[in-house]
Amino acid sequence: MATLKELSVRKDPLTGGHRACAGCGFPQIVRMVCLASKDPIVVVSATGCLEVTTTIFPYSAWTVPFLHNAFENAAATLSGVEAAYKAFLKKGKIAKKINFIAFGGDGGTYDIGLQSLSGAMERGHNLLYVCYNNQAYMNTSIQRSGATPKGANTTTEPAGKVKQGKVQRQKDLTEIMVAHNIPYAAQATVGYWADLVRKAEKAFSIDGPRFINVLQPCRLGWVYKPEETMSISRLAADTCFWPLYEVENGKYKVTLKPKEKKPIIEFLKSQDRFRHLFNPKNETILVEIQKEIDYNWEKLLAKEAK
Amino acid sequence: MSKLMNWKELPPCDTLAAKTAEAFETGDWRMGEKPVWHPEICIHCMICWISCPDSSVTVKDGKMTGFDYKHCKGCGICAKECPTKPNKAITMEKE
Repeated sequence: MATLKELSVRKDPLTGGHRACAGCGFPQIVRMVCLASKDPIVVVSATGCLEVTTTIFPYSAWTVPFLHNAFENAAATLSGVEAAYKAFLKKGKIAKKINFIAFGGDGGTYDIGLQSLSGAMERGHNLLYVCYNNQAYMNTSIQRSGATPKGANTTTEPAGKVKQGKVQRQKDLTEIMVAHNIPYAAQATVGYWADLVRKAEKAFSIDGPRFINVLQPCRLGWVYKPEETMSISRLAADTCFWPLYEVENGKYKVTLKPKEKKPIIEFLKSQDRFRHLFNPKNETILVEIQKEIDYNWEKLLAKEAK
Repeated sequence: MSKLMNWKELPPCDTLAAKTAEAFETGDWRMGEKPVWHPEICIHCMICWISCPDSSVTVKDGKMTGFDYKHCKGCGICAKECPTKPNKAITMEKE
């Protein structure tokens, strides 16, 4: 795996001057994934914070070829780009290897773009789809999404007299991608940079459709101090709230097994979106969340042992 | 006023030149604190560089060289992530 020193001499895909919040998490994800590629890259992005903040007219923060189409079709757009590349290869108009990467937020991946993502994975295009998952529609002011976890406060399902944040549990998109029988699917988080860079490098070494789901803390929607982005994302993995694992041709491998699994309340306490859960009335919800996390962790370990 | 273009005359999409965001200085977003680098303590591990959201940690030949205060938004991730002990090579200080 490339060291940070080796990565730092490669060309950063983004410049400063984009308009993401101070302490945002996705520019680092973009950097880690793009710099893991030794070959030239083409990037497509779904509508979302990433697209909106990096390409405010007439400025662009991208140093690599970048294309944006619409919210729901990042995977379809990139499929077209990749198909055109294959045609050029056949005709001899292009010879070099190019890596194709799509970035989508959880809104553009879990909900709105799920059909195009599923289609691209099923058709077997040679591309890498990276979801920067901040667990709500942060760009349009924190509406709940299919990725929002149980109990989180959002503007469309706020904690109050009637409800205590989101009632349902989040959908497991990584498993949905595994069910497409793609050669590589993985889950990572921005705070464990070495894990993410290694997974991206592995993804680039494989042909066919690949998917990485990266958890990204959002200071605006998760409500914490801006400097805590990396430490909170590590806490998510250490509490097994967001297990780090990869699935290569159906074979599971858990890439981070915490020596001591921290209780989930440590993760929940670090963010104000879960503040209402610490009201004594809501103790049962905390117990439920911990139970679910333990169950899912055991299930994952069993899959790995198979 | 000049005549507006009709839909046939409009370009098929917006095309933006690469790296133009560099001209937009987000350094004035800082809320009174900026990161300060202490080169005598720095071990050049590059963790601040990989953790910076705004590409504002400047590096050259695998070594840290300082900050780009024109674009640094002052989030403080670099100072928090800096691993040197007991004193950090990056601290947040009043501007």
